Formats: sequence, structure tokens, C-alpha cells
Amino acid sequence: MSEAFDPQRWRPAPFLPEAEARDGALIFVVAVLCFLACLTAMGVIAADRAAAGWTGQLTGEATVIVRPKGGETPDAAAARAAEALAGTAGVTEARALEPAKAYDLIRPWLGDVSDIEDLPVPRLVAVTLDGRHPADAAKLRTALQSQNVDATVDDHSVWIKDIRRAGGVVKVLGTSVFLLIAAAAAAVVAFATRAGLAARRDVVEVLHLAGAEDGAIARLFQARFARIAAQAGLIGAGAAAMVGAALRIAGGGGGLTPALPLAWSDLLAVIPCPLLAAAVAAVAAQVTATRLIRAMP
Amino acid sequence: MSRNPVAAAASRAAEEVVRFDDVSMRYGRGPDVLSDLNFGLAPGSFHFVTGASGAGKSSLLKLIYLAAEPSKGRLHLFGQDVAAAPAAAKPQLRRRIGVVFQDQVLLDHLSVFDNAALPLRIAGRKPAEYRTDVAELLSWVGLSARMDAMPATLAGGERQRLAIARAVVNRPDILLADEPTGNVDHEMAVRIFRLFVELNKLGATVLIATHDQDLIARSGRPVLHLEGGRIARRPAPGSAQGAPAQGLI
Repeated sequence: MSEAFDPQRWRPAPFLPEAEARDGALIFVVAVLCFLACLTAMGVIAADRAAAGWTGQLTGEATVIVRPKGGETPDAAAARAAEALAGTAGVTEARALEPAKAYDLIRPWLGDVSDIEDLPVPRLVAVTLDGRHPADAAKLRTALQSQNVDATVDDHSVWIKDIRRAGGVVKVLGTSVFLLIAAAAAAVVAFATRAGLAARRDVVEVLHLAGAEDGAIARLFQARFARIAAQAGLIGAGAAAMVGAALRIAGGGGGLTPALPLAWSDLLAVIPCPLLAAAVAAVAAQVTATRLIRAMP
Repeated sequence: MSRNPVAAAASRAAEEVVRFDDVSMRYGRGPDVLSDLNFGLAPGSFHFVTGASGAGKSSLLKLIYLAAEPSKGRLHLFGQDVAAAPAAAKPQLRRRIGVVFQDQVLLDHLSVFDNAALPLRIAGRKPAEYRTDVAELLSWVGLSARMDAMPATLAGGERQRLAIARAVVNRPDILLADEPTGNVDHEMAVRIFRLFVELNKLGATVLIATHDQDLIARSGRPVLHLEGGRIARRPAPGSAQGAPAQGLI
């Protein structure tokens, strides 16, 4: 008997080889797919936050353009409008803007005009709405009409609608890309499982003929590919988190672009990735392996 | 007293470990490689299967170890109609059959000891229950010094002996062997044959496909001869081969 081998100390080895030459390529491909999926998820979250932030700012405010009536001065008309609006339910604050601010708003379109103060520029009233129960445009108009103020109310509803639509499109697109990448990862794992089974057909046949149950053989491959996918998911998620952290550090709270205001908490989106990758791989491996094994007599 | 022929056939199948009733077999849409086989193997019998290459010896064994299905007829194992058996029952049937292949299919990532112990692990036995038995069996087939070796490092004869050890380690009710002594020397061939005889004495039904006429002649066991997928000769009860021939029904 071999001196190095003692049957009493023998421990059974796994039925499947612990590692194979092709594992590296599979881990790389699944890790790349997980990396892309995590970046997409973080991008969707950040874009959704940007859209929500813009919508929140616009819904919390309204702008009223006041036109003086009769002999009333523009400043007096604006003050009367602000007073009428301030007492309206759903309005937190109504403030007539200084003429200088109105001039600042139109200066970019007119250029450097020396006698801009002589132009009949309408006065503006900035209205801050109650966050919980904001007054709508109709209510503001009624309040102004009751005080006989000639004014136009802009509650930003056109912009809000567009921003909400854009945010929705980004969310749907991002989710679609995310699902597409997840499906691609599942397909890759399913293909790898099939190739793995074909390459280890000898193992499957020996186990099968020695009386191993189909489910038990399938579970071997299921566990193996789930482990590989979890490992790849961890690498992909880690890389995506590092890229996210770099963007957050480089761009600060506002992000590199206002469209993607990345928060530190967004990096948490990568956490489920290894588990999801393992689950997708487990299901794909189970289905593929069971189908192939059942095709045997 | 008259007997219902269907009931008689069912009763006969129940008494035999293997029963072929009008069994034919083909691969895909090809021609029949086995045609209209009718025979049974009694428990504890010992037979050789002979025939030229392509006569259907390996296919016959494949049907018994459930690696192929009949294209026609009924095959019973241990009294159970294989075609009617639920899928979940087949692993249990396979565990009662040991097979020595013509081409030894060993798991290259497992050691000699792991390969030999495989059927016992699959059957759910605990290592403490069989460690010693596996070691003794490997010593018996001359592999005591190679227990921790990997199959890739084994010579052809050693691989053959390991395959035999794996086939008999769980004391199967049926032992099938396809050219089991093809790659071993004369002395080892005799040892292996003695192992099969010992298992047969313990109650296993043995069926060996071989071209080794010397082994057949020395053993004095009955022969089932195949030609073109049909049984061309079968030992008649009370023939010169004597009592062992009565195992074939």
C-alpha cells in the first residue's frame, strides 16, 4: 500500500472537478455583463433622482408676470399681486422681484443695452408653494382676479410634464438595458452549462450509470455554475462600485453632469448583483442540465 | 390445468433477474442491431456472450444496464417492466447493476480510491462504512500501491482493474462485463475471473461478453452466441456444459 495514502484518513473528493480551464473565460464574460448591469442600475437611479429633483423644484414654485393697469406703477402692481397671493391657501411665500432681477432675466436676449430701465419690462412675482398642498394655477389666477390684478401665472406645468416624460423614458430604457444584460448573462451561463456538460459528458454518464439521480447530477452543475457566477458577479459589482465611487469623488454631490447626480447610497445598488448572478446561473444550469440528462436513456 | 399465457409470462419474468421478450434494438433510424431476442437469466446464473464484432454483444449489455432502450418488445429487470418503470425508479435499478466497459470510463479528476468508491457514495453510504472494503478490493485487484494515483497515470491494465473494482464494489445483483480481460495479462485475467466467480457464488448474476475462447473453455460456463443480432446458439439444458447452462431460460 502507498505510504502516502491512508484509506482511514481518506475524504471523498467532489464529483465534479473544482476548476476547469474554461472557467476563466466564463468568469470574465459574466463579470463584464455584471459590471455593465451594475453601471446601468446606478445610472437609472441617478437619472431618476435628477428628474425627481427638477420636478420637485418646479412644482414647488410658480412665477407670476404682472402688467400694471391704468396709472398704477409696475412696482405697485407687483406689490399688490404679491399681497393677494400671499394670503392664498397653498402658498408659502409670494415675493415681488426687484426690477434689477427682471432686467437680468431679459439681458441675455437683448445684449448690453444702456437704457434698459426705460423698457416696459413686466414685473415678476416669485411664488413659493406649500410642499404638501400646493395651490394650483387656477387658484392663483382667481386670487389675482379677485384683486383686479392683470397677470399671467406660469406654474411650470409644461416643463414638469416634459421632465417627467423624459425621466420615465430614461427609467424604462435603463430598466430594459438592465434586463437585456441580465438575459444575456443567463444565456451565456446556459451556453456555458451546455458546453460544460458536453465537455464532462464522461462524468455525467458514469454518475448516471452508477445510479445517480437526474436531479442530483443537475444539482452538481447548478452549484458549480452558481458559484462561478457569484464569483464573477462579485468582480463585476466591485468594479462598477469603484467606477461609481470615482465618479462621485470627481463630480461631487452634483455629479459629473446634472443629469446624473450620483449619491454614495447609489453604490449600494451593486450589492444584490452577485446573488442575482448566482440565482440566474443556478436556474439556467438547472434547466439546461436537467434537459440534457433526461435526453439520456 | 390450463394457464393464461400472459400470466405465465409475467410470472416467469418475476422469477428472473433479466427477461427479454421479442426484444429488438436499433440506433436511431438504422437497421436492427438486435432482433427478436427471447431469453431470461435466472438469479445467480453465469453466462458468456460471444459473437463476431458487430454481432450485438455490447448492445445487448447496453439494454441491460439501461444505457439504451428496446425499439420493440419488452425488457424486464428484477421482474419490473423497464418501459413501464417510472423515471425515478431507474437510478435504483442501475445501482443493482455493475458494469465493466470495453473502454474504461474513469473520472480523471478523481483518485483511484475515489473512482472505486463512486457507486457507494452515489448509493448514499458513509465513508466510514466502506473505506476498509474499498481498500481491500483495490488490493485484491493489485492496485494497493496506486490508491492515491490519478487515472491518467495508470497503465491500460491498471485502468481495466480499477474499472472492475468500481463495477463490483457495491456487490451488484447483476454484473455485466464487456471484454473485461482484454487489457490484462493472463495471471490478472485469471484473478479477475475468480473475482467474478466469487461474486456469482454470493448470488450475483454474471454476463460476460468476450472473445476469449480460452477463458470460456476453462470456465465451463454456458455461452449465448450472437450472430447478426440474433441468438444463433444457446446452451440446451442438460447439454455438455452441464448444470450452469440451466441458468438460461
